[in-house]
Amino acid sequence: MYRFLSIIPLLGAIILLFALVWPILEDHNPEELPSALLNKQVPVFDLPGLDPKAPRVRSANLIGKPAIVNFFASWCIPCRIEITELRTIASDGIIIYGLAYKDDTEAIRRFLSSFGNPYKMVGLDRDGRIGLEFGVYGLPETYIIDSKGFIRYRHVGALTNEMIKNILVPLLNKLGQ
Amino acid sequence: MIVELGHMALIIALVVSVFQTIIPLYGTACQQARLISFACPAAIVQFTALVLSFGALINAFVTSDFSVANVAYNSSFLKPMLYKVSGVWGNHEGSMLLWVLILSFFGASVAIFGGNLPEILRARAIAVQGLIGASFLTFIIFTSNPFARLIPAPIDGRGLNPLLQDIGLALHPPILYLGYVGLSTTFSFAVAALLEGRVSQLWARWVRPWILAAWVALTAGITLGSIWSYYELGWGGWWFWDPVENASFMPWLAATALLHSVVVVEKRNALKRWTILLALVAFAFSLLGTFLVRSGVLTSVHSFAADSQRGMFILVLLSIAIVGSLSLYAWRAPKIESSGTFLLISREGALVINNLFTVTGAGTVLIGTIYPLFLESISDEKISVGPPFFEATFVPLMVPLIFAVGVGPFLAWKRNNLVSALHNLIFATVCLVVVFVCLLGAPIGAVFGMALAVWLMLAVLTEWAKRVRLFRVSLFASLSRARLLPRSAYGMSIAHFGLAVFIFGAVGDNLYSTEVVRYASPGDKIKIAGHTLTFQSVTKQLGINYDAYVGKFVMENGQVIESERRFFPVEGQQTTEVGLSVRPSGDIYTVLGEAVAQDKWTIRIYYNALVVWIWIGTALMSVGGLLSFLDARLRIAL
Repeated sequence: MYRFLSIIPLLGAIILLFALVWPILEDHNPEELPSALLNKQVPVFDLPGLDPKAPRVRSANLIGKPAIVNFFASWCIPCRIEITELRTIASDGIIIYGLAYKDDTEAIRRFLSSFGNPYKMVGLDRDGRIGLEFGVYGLPETYIIDSKGFIRYRHVGALTNEMIKNILVPLLNKLGQ
Repeated sequence: MIVELGHMALIIALVVSVFQTIIPLYGTACQQARLISFACPAAIVQFTALVLSFGALINAFVTSDFSVANVAYNSSFLKPMLYKVSGVWGNHEGSMLLWVLILSFFGASVAIFGGNLPEILRARAIAVQGLIGASFLTFIIFTSNPFARLIPAPIDGRGLNPLLQDIGLALHPPILYLGYVGLSTTFSFAVAALLEGRVSQLWARWVRPWILAAWVALTAGITLGSIWSYYELGWGGWWFWDPVENASFMPWLAATALLHSVVVVEKRNALKRWTILLALVAFAFSLLGTFLVRSGVLTSVHSFAADSQRGMFILVLLSIAIVGSLSLYAWRAPKIESSGTFLLISREGALVINNLFTVTGAGTVLIGTIYPLFLESISDEKISVGPPFFEATFVPLMVPLIFAVGVGPFLAWKRNNLVSALHNLIFATVCLVVVFVCLLGAPIGAVFGMALAVWLMLAVLTEWAKRVRLFRVSLFASLSRARLLPRSAYGMSIAHFGLAVFIFGAVGDNLYSTEVVRYASPGDKIKIAGHTLTFQSVTKQLGINYDAYVGKFVMENGQVIESERRFFPVEGQQTTEVGLSVRPSGDIYTVLGEAVAQDKWTIRIYYNALVVWIWIGTALMSVGGLLSFLDARLRIAL
């Protein structure tokens, strides 16, 4: 009996290691996850805004001009660093929609008043359903949407200044032409 | 030249560690005393070589030798001396070198201080230690060489991430590593015991000081990290369930379980296989933590380097260590026999409950940390968990644990009556109810937490009073009894009391903390938690390697709190230095935000209730562990 029991830790560890190996074997860099939705239409969403009176944030809003969709939350630490970069590009006229992932209104308000608000609109994805449809893997996550509402780029993790300069801005300029 | 010598010493350490593994293991297999006795000198030579190597790297940092790539990327001329030195481990390569240095330190300690151990057990443990060292030295030399040169050498270095230029962070990694890597010793002893196919009560006695040493260092290291993130990151919190924090918390939980189960082995000759398994798992958690931080599988504010080749290498090491040791366990553990039996209501029973809940807690943290990866690899579904997950799953697990901590010490070994044990706790339980009722109205979970903290403090004090027969015999007789109590008894009481104080602080912070965020101009008054602060002025100052805006706040009693916003030109980064007024009832914590207009600033002020008790609590836990450690050493010398 004990001979059988004493194999269990080994089996458990192998399963666990398998879970860790798999992403690496698939040559999986967490910073550049390919999205299943890349070059596809953005998932349809219709989310309440931060204020009860504010207009709802809809996927239809994204059509017309290239924009950035950024998933964030007040409990997400890297978001606090990223938001400074977002504020800089927002002040250059780039449109950013913020989708607050599994968070509550009061916490988001405090978060935005502490760290500044770069977003044109903030939608509340309270249960994380829209995040799931986008395939949000970890916060923060950023998507670039072209003027027809197609996802053109995805980034997992905080955006850095370099990345914005070298990838995001050129891509947005190209899409804007 | 010195750099090359350091590099050479590193390679020598690798070669020595390979021999340190092979020769003693071969010697124990064919019972050749001369080969067995090779272990101790090898461990000492390996340690010496690594000290020289580490010294060479420190020298390169101190003399600002920018022809060394690692120095050029992580240091600069202008950096204060302390941070030039701490910069050595403020990066991936240097911190890995520190990791193996500490590993070899433990190997050498077993060689030097392990005179009371049986020769074969010691040789095997040192050989296993050598194997771990050889693996990590290979990793360093082939993927993360700290001595790589940079040609041409730049005129000045890139500097160290300003967040890391801090006294707390100068100390945090070495102490934390001391704990992480300290568990390697227990691991080596466990593997040696499996090879032998026998675990004796003496074995438990021998490993206990090593577990205690690692546990104390882990506790202190995690506390320092937490204090650092509290005052350096400027977010008002002290624990974020960040993957890197979890990576250090899991080994701590496993070590805590181990610390308690090994007592059962020592005193009652039971729980042997379980204890061996825990010793293996605790170090596996340390390795897993190293992997999570170093590989970039999880992105976090802490990880300095994300590199998938390194990640793969550490993962292979991790797999070999875990699969290897657990296979050995599956093969040999059935041979190990326990003789002690006990009922659930007994001291052992309480310790088993402790183990059950700490290990389940560690498992929960593990799941929360790697669940996103796990789920993705099996179903392609992608999810994210944050503090809400841990608050809902981990925290409730701690409640029964705390009850066990309070009741356990009253129970006798083998079998006991729960009613008579609980009889001692009537006073504490009445106080629990009183506190609970007094605080009602606030969130119920937090109120219960507060009451529980008070209950545990009283339970610990009651237990101590019972031991010295306070009020049963004359005060003088009690005092002399108190003096005669062994250090480990005090160690336990102090550590348990520390846990209660910690809970008091943590729950209190959760319950009573408030914050104010607003725009303010000099002269404005800000009210928070019954205090009034005057935002007096903002002035510009020059530091050694940064420019700073210093915001001055004055409390109603005239105390001045200064908080800074620093700009580091070499690194091109900003940091906030919070202003802090530490007081027992709660800290006033001020952060100077960005200027929104001429003379108008974003100001964040936090009232962090009872936070200082968190650190006092964990400090008490470390002191308790240290007392037990000293006691254990004393016993070994006899």
